[in-house]
Amino acid sequence: MSVTVLEGKNIVRDYHVGGGLFRPSRTVHAVKGVSFSVDKGKTLAIVGESGCGKSTLARIITLIDPATSGELFIDGNKVDIAKDGLTKEMRRKVQIVFQNPYGSLNPRQKIGDVLGEPLLINTDKPAAERRDLAMKMLKKVGLGPEHYNRYPHMFSGGQRQRIAIARALMLNPSLLVLDEPVSALDLSVQAQVLNLLADLQDEFKLTYVFISHDLSVVRYIADDVMVMYYGEAVEYGSRDEVFADPKHSYTKTLFAATPRADVASIKARLAKKKAA
Amino acid sequence: MPLLEIKNLTVSFDTAAGPFMAVQGIDLSIEPREVLAIVGESGSGKSVAMLAVMGLLPNTATVKADRMAFDGIDLLELSPSERRKIVGKDISMIFQEPIASLNPCFTAGFQIEEVLRFHMGMDRAQRRARAIELMKLVGIADPEERLNSFPHQMSGGQCQRVMIAIAIACNPKLLIADEPTTALDVTIQKQILDLLVGLQAKYGMGLIMITHNMGVVAETADRVIVQYKGRKMEEADVLSLFEQPKSNYTRALLSALPENAVGDRLPTISDMLFEPAPSAAGAGTATGAAP
Repeated sequence: MSVTVLEGKNIVRDYHVGGGLFRPSRTVHAVKGVSFSVDKGKTLAIVGESGCGKSTLARIITLIDPATSGELFIDGNKVDIAKDGLTKEMRRKVQIVFQNPYGSLNPRQKIGDVLGEPLLINTDKPAAERRDLAMKMLKKVGLGPEHYNRYPHMFSGGQRQRIAIARALMLNPSLLVLDEPVSALDLSVQAQVLNLLADLQDEFKLTYVFISHDLSVVRYIADDVMVMYYGEAVEYGSRDEVFADPKHSYTKTLFAATPRADVASIKARLAKKKAA
Repeated sequence: MPLLEIKNLTVSFDTAAGPFMAVQGIDLSIEPREVLAIVGESGSGKSVAMLAVMGLLPNTATVKADRMAFDGIDLLELSPSERRKIVGKDISMIFQEPIASLNPCFTAGFQIEEVLRFHMGMDRAQRRARAIELMKLVGIADPEERLNSFPHQMSGGQCQRVMIAIAIACNPKLLIADEPTTALDVTIQKQILDLLVGLQAKYGMGLIMITHNMGVVAETADRVIVQYKGRKMEEADVLSLFEQPKSNYTRALLSALPENAVGDRLPTISDMLFEPAPSAAGAGTATGAAP
């Protein structure tokens, strides 16, 4: 039986901007009533261009920002951080990995401390246990114990993203939000990180919310796909449904814009060029 | 005669651990009206080779080549001031981060007109007219308004269009685009690629696309050079590269594309890793990305 880990009902987020002495303030509707649900061990991909509200939604799901209205359920419990605040218990359940592995690690913190910090803040485990857990997690994500005392600048981009993933997993979350985790990485490193994510999902029965604008990655990793456009979910369905039969015009534009690296489309392009 | 001809280009950087060879003996030539793509991962030396052509490398870099000629002019012989007359006029370059590569203190119009003043010696009215013409050419709506915008007031796609306007302001013979769309969304990426290829065809420029995205290569290039750790792995026209890749590395790169995934796992480069050709000079560089 499948268990729903994450459910959002009609989530809305407005931001109030501006408003000076002579200028009235404006309201930006970043997310306009989005509903979704994700089962345990599954991956929901959210696709859209910059400014469509996908990162705002990620912040709401990760319990960083509260939603203006709407209901968010995590493991079946209703969560409203605007009213009830955030407990350590909730913080443990949801973790996030950001896009830029260079910006999301403190350059003055050793990797061991990076991994130990979530435990230090959210649990009362003693230092020795924190260290053991950090060592274990390093091995899980394909790094070694020798990396424990190194600083972030000593790692490549792919290794840093592994560290960011390891940090997110330190508290055994049930839900992991991945905000464009591979878009800053090279093709071959991207493949390694995607494989790692797939392995970890199998091992820990993790639920992923995967945010991306790269449709080829989404097609590889997602079970369900939601396409966002100007704060609305214009398309929501299983991966095969969405990829086989895109309904909304924006989804079609998105598919048409994705560069294709197959022989047939190169032939078509070269023929068109010759004709011109 | 090739537009740009490079033979045996080597670029090394002086580091605390001794010289680091970023580019090791690259040969490259591009004909007028041709689109050449240079593909490789970060650290493959693809940008460094082109920065060497532009003369934009820092002082720690040593550039050596048997020949480096642009349009029959030997770039190695030129004094910096003579080179400055070619770079930005006949060869121009656009970079990866559009917002970071524009000066935040000046308006888009000022930055476009700066090139026209320096290279073309136009007067104020001519510059204004040409800047508006260029803004229209790269597809910016209300060019008169936008000339007075600062980079932070525009989106990434618009900033990249302004960068392209600056690059083509003097009708260059060769345009080098260093990952022009990596920081942009797919829909904007499509528009920028169409714009670049359209301009290339319209003005008969040579275009060098530096990228790590195989999709971008497939959509734009005539000919492709694949680079890995400062060496050329393969050179082929675009169709035969995708149909019958000759080197192992190209094959590995193509199979790492998520759309080519077979089953649950993506093959990675290290699954098919091979030893790059050993050489005395390259011994220090084959150790991998991280110390």
